[in-house]
Amino acid sequence: MHRTRILDHAVLILGALFLTLPVVVAFMTSTHEAAAIHSTGLMLSPGGHLVETYETVLTRKGGFTGQVTGARMMMNSFILGIGFAVGKIALSMLAAYAIVYFRFRFATLAFWVIFTTLLLPLEVRIMPSYEVMSSLGLINSYTGLIVPLLASATGTFYFRQFFKSVPEELLEAARIDGAGPFKFFIDVLVPLSKTMIAAIFIIMFVYGWNQYLWPMLMTTDERFFTLMRGIKQILQVWIGSQIPDYNEAFALAVLAMLPPVLMVVLFQSWFIKGLTESDK
Amino acid sequence: MATIEIDKVSKVYHGNVPAVSEVDIKITDGEFIVLVGPSGCGKSTLLRMVAGLENISSGTVRIGGRIVNDVEPADRDIAMVFQNYALYPHMTVRENLAYGLKNRRTPKPEIEARVAEAARMLELGPYLDRKPRALSGGQRQRVAMGRAIVRHPSAFLFDEPLSNLDAKLRVSMRGEIKRLQRRVGTTSLYVTHDQLEAMTLADRLVVLNGGRIEQIGRPLDVYHAPASTFVASFIGSPAMNLVQGELHGSKLAIGPALIDLGDTLPTQGAVTVGFRAEDLQAVGAPVDASAQIGSATMPLRVDYVEELGSQRLVHGTLGDQTITVAMSSDAPLTSEMQVAVPLGRLHFFDAESGRRLVWSSVEPNRSTTAADLLETAR
Repeated sequence: MHRTRILDHAVLILGALFLTLPVVVAFMTSTHEAAAIHSTGLMLSPGGHLVETYETVLTRKGGFTGQVTGARMMMNSFILGIGFAVGKIALSMLAAYAIVYFRFRFATLAFWVIFTTLLLPLEVRIMPSYEVMSSLGLINSYTGLIVPLLASATGTFYFRQFFKSVPEELLEAARIDGAGPFKFFIDVLVPLSKTMIAAIFIIMFVYGWNQYLWPMLMTTDERFFTLMRGIKQILQVWIGSQIPDYNEAFALAVLAMLPPVLMVVLFQSWFIKGLTESDK
Repeated sequence: MATIEIDKVSKVYHGNVPAVSEVDIKITDGEFIVLVGPSGCGKSTLLRMVAGLENISSGTVRIGGRIVNDVEPADRDIAMVFQNYALYPHMTVRENLAYGLKNRRTPKPEIEARVAEAARMLELGPYLDRKPRALSGGQRQRVAMGRAIVRHPSAFLFDEPLSNLDAKLRVSMRGEIKRLQRRVGTTSLYVTHDQLEAMTLADRLVVLNGGRIEQIGRPLDVYHAPASTFVASFIGSPAMNLVQGELHGSKLAIGPALIDLGDTLPTQGAVTVGFRAEDLQAVGAPVDASAQIGSATMPLRVDYVEELGSQRLVHGTLGDQTITVAMSSDAPLTSEMQVAVPLGRLHFFDAESGRRLVWSSVEPNRSTTAADLLETAR
């Protein structure tokens, strides 16, 4: 018995190390100077430049125009992530509401059409989407960055399943209580979906935050750059014999990881509830 | 307060399956009507049509004299209590009670007063700030009733409100509903599949079968004079014994038993004869049939006995037909016995259609019933 317990812990510790070490290495390395990194490679011990590196990364104006700071990119990423998550939830809740609660022709067909788009990743429609956005003049705008990604089959599917599990009598009770379709949605369905909304918000926020291809296509103006693009930007700066700012790239990577991690850590109880709770 | 008139109401689902056909019920102001029948008899559909949750295929429903066929449920001035309570899980008891009033833009102080009144009536005071999930089944049921009461509607609709409660609670809530309805005097339509609930609650009960009305009447009238074999077997527990008999003149033959009715019935030949288990009595030794004036004596072969404590149910066979006899639990038991039923407690039904055959001299002669007493007391 005792031996197995040690073995269990060994396996778990090994697994934990395996998962966290890259992050630790990235963080430790980011606290050294670029030159040191260049000569010795990745670090496991803390360096002495933590504050200044992160400060530089967040506040130094960079890029071709010399206008964009790390903080700015971070804000852009937040706008994209939150706009993306909120928009997706609003849209897919309304779509699911229509599909579940209103009897209209081809409702089931509509649902399956939405559902099959799950099979099509963004990359498949990236050209037509870009074409539409560019002819609408929405390139280099938050609208262009967010709106084309909002339709969400996953979200619609989750909310549909959830709404179907809400007892029919609640709707009937609300009808007798004088609540119209809009009131029922706002007063009953939305509060009931709270945990579901939280779970989907987290998934969608992380998904939106990590978007890379779409922002790269849609934004040429550096003011709209997201963090994901910024990291790459730093490593591209190979001017003459200058050493790339490895430390800053790592710092930016760590910063980019932070919000999704915080989001999941802070909301994990809601997240689990939303995905597992079934009794209403 | 209002009357409800259900006039030739039918419900046909697609595929031409009639769930309710041509039902007529007139409910007077303040009356407590119970719709009772087996599952699938259309009682819930009928209630939901009155509530406006189901479209009416044909016929009219009037509430307080106004035709409400095309009126939204919210505008029918009714309140409904659902089987699974249908409380809003994210709202406190107070908010649950107030929601309907808030949607009707009732002034705040008025809402508060009505919620307080309902809470006092239903003893919900200590729970007003709890969520439904922190309440027991009985408390949730009371909240559901409170939600109906605060609205001061012209009618209450109950859709099997007690089915989700355990047996003991069901009995006490049954009493509570009755008491409450008497107190507020609101016209009520109540759906149940439980004949006991129907008997105890109803001013009048409506027995439904296959979407049609089998009988409407006061509980004891229905009990004592069921209009058909269906009603006879549905109302009363244990179910009425129904056996096949043969009429020849004034003689009735049921299996081996030959009974002298002392009168000739308008029908002859095959009939269905009904008698209640509790109207049967064991008679001592096999006696001369003619000595038992005014009662029908039949031989019974006992199969098995169910002890209920207060009484025992003896299941046995009369010829080749099974019957049940309710006796006091100290009555002597033998494997072969004679049982007798007063002739006045025999019910005759058409062997084909199952409809009651009215024969005045064997019609039960009742004294004043409890329902009459209550009626005069009101």
